[in-house]
Amino acid sequence: MNDTLKRIFDSDLWYSFKRHPLVIVAAILSLACILGAVFAPLLAPHNPFDLKTLNLLDAFTPPAWSASGKGQFLLGTDDQGRDVMSTIMYGSRVSLTVGICAVALSMVIGITLGLISGYVGGALDSFIMRVADVQLSFPAILIALLIDGVARVVIGKNGHDEVAIYVLIFAIAASGWVQYARTVRGSTLVERNKEYVQAARVIGRRPLAIMFSHVLPNVMGPVFVLATLHVGAAIITEATLSFLGVGVPPTQPSLGTLIRIGNDFLFSGEWWITVFPGIMLVILVLSINIIGDWLRDALNPKLR
Amino acid sequence: MLAFIIRRLLQSVLVMLTVGFIAFSLFNFVGDPVSLMLPPEATQADRDEVRKSLGLDQPFYVQFGTFLGNAVQGNFGISLRLGRPVSQLLAERLPATLELAMTAAVFGLLVGIPMGVYTALKRDKWTSKVLLTGSLVGVSLPNFLIGIFLILIFAVWLGWLPSFGRGETTAIGFWTTGFLTTEGLKAIILPAITLGFYPITLIMRLVRAEMLEVLRTDYIKFARARGLTNNAVHFGHALKNTLVPVITITGLQLGAIIAFAIITETVFQWPGMGLLFIQAVQFADIPVMAAYLCLIGFIFVVVNLVVDLLYFAVDPRLRVERSGSGGH
Amino acid sequence: MTTPLLEVRNLRVQFPTRRGLLTAVDDVSLTIAPGEVLGVVGESGAGKSLTGAAIIGLLEPPGRIASGEILLNGRRIDNLSAEEFRKIRGREIGAIFQDPLTSLNPLYTIGRQITETILTHLNVTPDEAKQRAIDLLNEVGIPAADKRIDHYPHQFSGGMRQRVVISLALAAQPKLIIADEPTTALDVSIQAQIITLLKKLCREHGTSVMLVTHDMGVIAETADRVAVMYAGRIAEIGPVAEVIHHPQHPYTVGLMGAIPNLGEEVERLTQIDGSMPRLNAIPTGCAFNPRCTRKGEVGARCTTERPSLMNAGKTQAACWLYSEGAATNTTNTPQSVAA
Repeated sequence: MNDTLKRIFDSDLWYSFKRHPLVIVAAILSLACILGAVFAPLLAPHNPFDLKTLNLLDAFTPPAWSASGKGQFLLGTDDQGRDVMSTIMYGSRVSLTVGICAVALSMVIGITLGLISGYVGGALDSFIMRVADVQLSFPAILIALLIDGVARVVIGKNGHDEVAIYVLIFAIAASGWVQYARTVRGSTLVERNKEYVQAARVIGRRPLAIMFSHVLPNVMGPVFVLATLHVGAAIITEATLSFLGVGVPPTQPSLGTLIRIGNDFLFSGEWWITVFPGIMLVILVLSINIIGDWLRDALNPKLR
Repeated sequence: MLAFIIRRLLQSVLVMLTVGFIAFSLFNFVGDPVSLMLPPEATQADRDEVRKSLGLDQPFYVQFGTFLGNAVQGNFGISLRLGRPVSQLLAERLPATLELAMTAAVFGLLVGIPMGVYTALKRDKWTSKVLLTGSLVGVSLPNFLIGIFLILIFAVWLGWLPSFGRGETTAIGFWTTGFLTTEGLKAIILPAITLGFYPITLIMRLVRAEMLEVLRTDYIKFARARGLTNNAVHFGHALKNTLVPVITITGLQLGAIIAFAIITETVFQWPGMGLLFIQAVQFADIPVMAAYLCLIGFIFVVVNLVVDLLYFAVDPRLRVERSGSGGH
Repeated sequence: MTTPLLEVRNLRVQFPTRRGLLTAVDDVSLTIAPGEVLGVVGESGAGKSLTGAAIIGLLEPPGRIASGEILLNGRRIDNLSAEEFRKIRGREIGAIFQDPLTSLNPLYTIGRQITETILTHLNVTPDEAKQRAIDLLNEVGIPAADKRIDHYPHQFSGGMRQRVVISLALAAQPKLIIADEPTTALDVSIQAQIITLLKKLCREHGTSVMLVTHDMGVIAETADRVAVMYAGRIAEIGPVAEVIHHPQHPYTVGLMGAIPNLGEEVERLTQIDGSMPRLNAIPTGCAFNPRCTRKGEVGARCTTERPSLMNAGKTQAACWLYSEGAATNTTNTPQSVAA
């Protein structure tokens, strides 16, 4: 354990990390966001979903520092008297869950398809790669919208709210697998003809499984960078879909849903309902992207 | 060159067939056109009747053929939500979306390219670092949030610019334009900035990365060794080589911009195709979804083709026949 | 001897890295007389290309000249401003790089690339520049130069492209050309043509050449004098025939022993054990000492004190064997070759 720590602190990555103050700030911020989201039930000043504690008289309270603000609602309240700060913490929970699950699923799909495509080759390979090409020329948001739209028709309006979050995760995952597949496929093509694969075949072991364990270390770096940046993008996609009203239902609001709700009150002057979730979303995505961007440069030997 | 174009054309047709197939599947399998067309109290006999009249008793490939035939003629049926022909709806809204997308694209190029060149040439200056970090903010700001913030500042607080709609439009034949009135011009500013924001950051980062790559090449080193001025090296040599790949991405971005217009149009209630589409998704209006998909696919394909042709104009390696004493 | 055209004094090129300062070129001094061809040989990483890059002022950051002076015609150039140095490049010092396939911008005709070089440095009209470009192409042996001038680089073969590159280097009549591995990327059959052409042109124009290569054959063919570099330092420098036939420095001796000679029957080629040290692990004393077979003849000095160039036979070698008062055996027949 001590050795591992030592290796981490001695690595080029750690050295580069120390030299980028912006990245350190981003790391601290994203860690704070994640912790705040995970422990929201413990940390949040109110439970916005406990209807008993809500009081409509508290509705539209501006932030605490303005003249008519109340100390207990630091960032003000929304139209139903829910504490904005608490809804933000619960909202980031949903946003982060969807984002991370979608990326994980996307990686599984992409890595599997890339491995199969590279290993099997032939018609299957060209088929998968053509699909990837076509899909890549459409923006992720459009594909996610289509999948969500289809799901709406298939499942029906009423059932949809219950499974909305899963549909959303699937829609975002399905729109982002291509890059993983391409990376893994390239590496698989290189490994396929190496001797250990042939040897594995000869001694009757499953070459695909063995390749997986060999290909994976090679693509870890790029896949990790892709995944980091993808989490940021997935959170944006989720927020956008929710904002467009086709994402998670209002009973389980994500940051995007909160912004959508607040948007209705923009013109009547209650800006805080939409601005604070918006700022939270930007901070979260920005810090993830700063880390991803730095990782990409730090792991790229060409730029070193 | 002709062979190349023919091959690209065939590829385009293949892509369109794929897109058409997805749209067709949406139409026929997801939407169940029969129940969409009949009242819920219809009898089985009624259903069979309609099924037959729609050709749904035909084999699958005949149905697909019929669908394609209709699609090529622009016939996508009737919108379930609005009860009007889909093609008519799309045609009405096409100008609004195209004007918005083009303005955003031009905006993205005009701002993105100089910023990319600057950050590549002065990579160690603090202004470059600020711009680069700023571009990360651009990537991290969701489109709709930029729109909301712009509305809050320029429409709600300052009251300078309108926050929704196209303003006053002028009809020129079938095309309605907002470019000819002050109101129309004012109305397009905020949406165009919103939509152009992402392309700016993307183009800037792309130009910067390509330019840095080109600046490392031997022919740039050799150009310096020949004593050419910095301006000649940077703008005569490096920039032209940089812009070749940038053309592709920007071209592809044009398609993406049109798709991203969905979000901007929703925020600004801009009466374009995107707004139509998002309403279709919310109301499960399958014919509109299918038609929009085909149209977007078509625009992508056309843009791709144009980009390929542009390549010929820029890169002599493709333009000139590969005969002569090429190779080594 | 008259004033040398180029004089490099105690040049040191360093790269700051996180593990410390790497010295890639260490205390290199050399001169090139007008019209002379100086060969610079060494393994990759020996610092020969960096020396060339430092002379034309094109060291890539973070590499920089840490100390030393470079004089052209007696005028110091290493401390010139970027703009002043630019005017020297092409006009007074030309350059030829390794790969003709990548040295030319693929998007412009060769004519445009030549005329822009001429117009940058010489006070001529565009028409004159074009005529001069055609003359140059004729001179480097490109057939139908008046038509080929409008062709793009990809329409030329590798050898033809290197001819274009040579014409570009000569376009503004520089007095010195730094040729960095000019033939390495070419087919063997074409290498000889290019070397012959380069030699002929430089003789006709009275141009000096610094020929950087790892190919002793090219050096033997072309150079008047040769400098052998090892780990950023000059190991031996002297007239080309002397260095080839009577090498003095143990490294040069080993290097010559490793070259196949078609003319003579040699039982087997020798090789130098080990490899050149990495820049971050250069041994103290003589950089070659861990691999040196004759270390025992001198003693501890090899590992503690760095030798500078000393007269050795008809060349100069950086080796303690030749310091005054050291072993008397300075006549030296390279025994390791025979072994």
